[in-house]
Amino acid sequence: MATYQLNINGETREVDVDPSTPLLWVLRDHLNLVGTKYGCGIAQCGACTIHLGNTATRSCMLPVSAVGNQEVTTIEGLSENGDHPVQKAWLEVDVPQCGYCQAGQIMSAAALLKSNPSPTDADIEGAMNGNICRCGTYVRIKKAIKMAASGE
Amino acid sequence: MTLVKTKFGRRAFIRNTSLAGGGLVLGFSWLNSCKPEQTEEIATLEMPEEWFEMNAFLKIGDNGVVTIMSPNPEIGQNVKTSMPMIVAEELDVDWDNVVVEQAALNTENFSWQVAGGSRSIANGWPALRMAGATARHMLREAAAQAWQVPAAEIATDAGMLTHEASGNSAGYGEMAAAAAKLEVPEDVELKSPSEFKIIGTSRKNVDGRKIVTGKPLFGLDVQREGMLIASPVHPPAFGLQLKSYDAEAVKSMPGIRDVFTIKLYEDDYSRGAFDHTAFNELVIVLGETTWEVFQAKKALNAQWKQAPDQSIGMSLFGNDIVVNHPAGAENSDDHAKKMEELAARKGRVVRRDGNPEAAFSNAAKVIERTYTCPFLAHNTMEPMNFFAHVTADRAELLGPTQTPEWMEHAVAARLGMPLEKIDIMMTRMGGGFGRRLYGHFMVEAAAISQKVQAPVKLVYTREDDMTQGTYRPAYRATYRAALDENNQLTAFHVQAGGVPESPLFANRFPAGALDNYLAEDWTLETNITTGAFRAPRSNFIAGAEQAFLDEVAEAAGQDPIQFRLDLLKRAEDNPVGENNDYEAHRYAGVLELVREKSGWGQDTPGKYRGVSAYFCHESYVAQVLDVVMQDGQPVVDRVCAAIDCGIVVNPDAATNLAEGGAVDGIGHAMYSALTFRDGAPEQTNFDRYRLIRHSEAPKSIDVHFVENEVDPTGMGEPPFPPIMGALANALYKADGRRRYNQPFISDKPPLVG
Repeated sequence: MATYQLNINGETREVDVDPSTPLLWVLRDHLNLVGTKYGCGIAQCGACTIHLGNTATRSCMLPVSAVGNQEVTTIEGLSENGDHPVQKAWLEVDVPQCGYCQAGQIMSAAALLKSNPSPTDADIEGAMNGNICRCGTYVRIKKAIKMAASGE
Repeated sequence: MTLVKTKFGRRAFIRNTSLAGGGLVLGFSWLNSCKPEQTEEIATLEMPEEWFEMNAFLKIGDNGVVTIMSPNPEIGQNVKTSMPMIVAEELDVDWDNVVVEQAALNTENFSWQVAGGSRSIANGWPALRMAGATARHMLREAAAQAWQVPAAEIATDAGMLTHEASGNSAGYGEMAAAAAKLEVPEDVELKSPSEFKIIGTSRKNVDGRKIVTGKPLFGLDVQREGMLIASPVHPPAFGLQLKSYDAEAVKSMPGIRDVFTIKLYEDDYSRGAFDHTAFNELVIVLGETTWEVFQAKKALNAQWKQAPDQSIGMSLFGNDIVVNHPAGAENSDDHAKKMEELAARKGRVVRRDGNPEAAFSNAAKVIERTYTCPFLAHNTMEPMNFFAHVTADRAELLGPTQTPEWMEHAVAARLGMPLEKIDIMMTRMGGGFGRRLYGHFMVEAAAISQKVQAPVKLVYTREDDMTQGTYRPAYRATYRAALDENNQLTAFHVQAGGVPESPLFANRFPAGALDNYLAEDWTLETNITTGAFRAPRSNFIAGAEQAFLDEVAEAAGQDPIQFRLDLLKRAEDNPVGENNDYEAHRYAGVLELVREKSGWGQDTPGKYRGVSAYFCHESYVAQVLDVVMQDGQPVVDRVCAAIDCGIVVNPDAATNLAEGGAVDGIGHAMYSALTFRDGAPEQTNFDRYRLIRHSEAPKSIDVHFVENEVDPTGMGEPPFPPIMGALANALYKADGRRRYNQPFISDKPPLVG
């Protein structure tokens, strides 16, 4: 066990966990931030996507010991009132079916738009290919990302 | 208006007066109730001082806000929005004044709290309408008494009661207290579809805001004070059972509380239709956090031994059957060989019209093709899990289940507790697709909680989830068609089987359209467990049949849509046989609609089109799929779908479901497979099990509904099966190669040389 001071959603949170514990489980089990989802545990499905700095990162294979003082943003901290342009577009397009993967999709989309405010269809597919949606809402996800990008 | 009795089946709308005005704590979170400081006020509406319960489906606040209970499990099919919409319609309330809550399992108040068979809306339709209409009737009655005017003269609209002649008007909230005290009327008026204001208009997902902000909604999100985490270890291969394990090595690991085995179903337990499991004895690792438990499982060093032949008695809704699981380690290659052997024999004749043998021997041309598909894992994005807190007085169960009512019996039997002590609450589910019809994980959680006398959340890893069985069966079908010298189809023969069930629907199209028709089936036993997977059996046979019909139409020199329409005209005008389970004119209707909407016949260079149409779950779906070639690879450019599912409650949500069905069907037909070597699944996670991804989805999907006033039929499953045929047919147009074996990505011709 070791103590870590984590910078999560703009707050310092202290946890006492085994250094190998993936950030996903620190968030979910220790900090009760359950918006970040477990899907595969091997960084293949994207349900656990968070931002490390400005980069979309799979938290299920990121040991807490590797986080250091980097800023971690989870779906709970993406915006104060759920009004990030990507969240607004997601609601406008009514993207979700079951909803389970959508936090990860939104985090990947928000990171994409931060680095590339006007992505092409190919840019969107490339950035989002690591996020599986088992319900098949891909067409709506692309529509919502374009809507968020255009600021409509 | 239609006058209907308020009794529905044996149930009446009994007001639970003990709850009337008792108040309802909104914002209470089932999921994180131990941490009230994190429980947020979720409602954006101002809450009333007092609630008045009109019936089990709805409560009206003194300020006019209405709470509507959604009775059925929510697996992504959006019934949590569409079922309350139906109540709100007949209540005649403003949808913006409605708060929706998930109802717990309550077999007294609700019937068929199941997410299965695409039946939620179809089965719920009469009761949901009656619940709203009954409350509306009582509100009008209360206003009539208050104003001393005839109730029949009181109009309602958007939660307001008005009496034009006297000039009286009041909101529902003002009359709710008086209305809740009235007797439930014997019969009430229902609206006619032309009067609908909410049904048929698109309303957004009631959980949308919570989903996009990451609020706890799912079973895996449950947190309770003192809750422990449990995770099972099952044999790594079918045909194995537990021999030994190293408990001491694991118990000393950090955060681990205990390691033990549980037996899921006792030997004398009479299993129901959804009580199956491949592995009845499991090792359970119990600990404080999920990660610690997952790590400890890897150190268990369990040893396994071969399991004997097993015969398991089950009761399928009154029909007693025996499921045999032969001993041994199975391989996909062996399955394929045995299926080929069985297919070479005469199958069990399920339907025979005319004289198919004579028609085939007189044929000018016979076309014969064989289609196969592999096992599939459901792979809901949220792995199996359940929360249980069992004490002597009560068993509280909370989590993702498609069949709370059916699983309650298994839980009661396993715990040795009466049904009335079992409380089951459904969470929103991270996907269902049929997997959560089979609730062994819920029984496991209950058994573990009872044993350790603590609240427990059972969590499967992705690998546990993908390797425990309940798969879509592997299927095989051979079709033969006889054409005469005029290229007329004179006979049709289907012979279909699978491991362990046949995908045959003998009474579906083209049965009924042909004088000479033969349908046979066969089955092969296995120790790999299987279960319903979105549109069971249809999810293979539709694509196979529709790909075959495409080939027959081509051989006959006909347009594939017109070819089907001609057959359907025969089935409509002069059907063969009496058991045809489809309405030919509705079938033709979706083909005609998709022909129009897709611009069929207007060929665009570089665009390759395939068509398919299928009937299942009482609904009709036709799809046209366009492929373009990019860098030598086929890309799905567009899907155009036409659907007849009767009245569409929430059109944009139904469209979403139809889009998802198309993506899901393309994905599974193209990419997904679960194969076995020595009894073990060769794919255990998403590194080797391939699911469709963003770049592989169609670039656009347009969905068109047939407008009619038929009561709603299935919507969750029907858009899924036919697209596989449309895909195969479009790929053939693109590269000249017919696809017979799913997944198509590995269906390559043998190398020549």
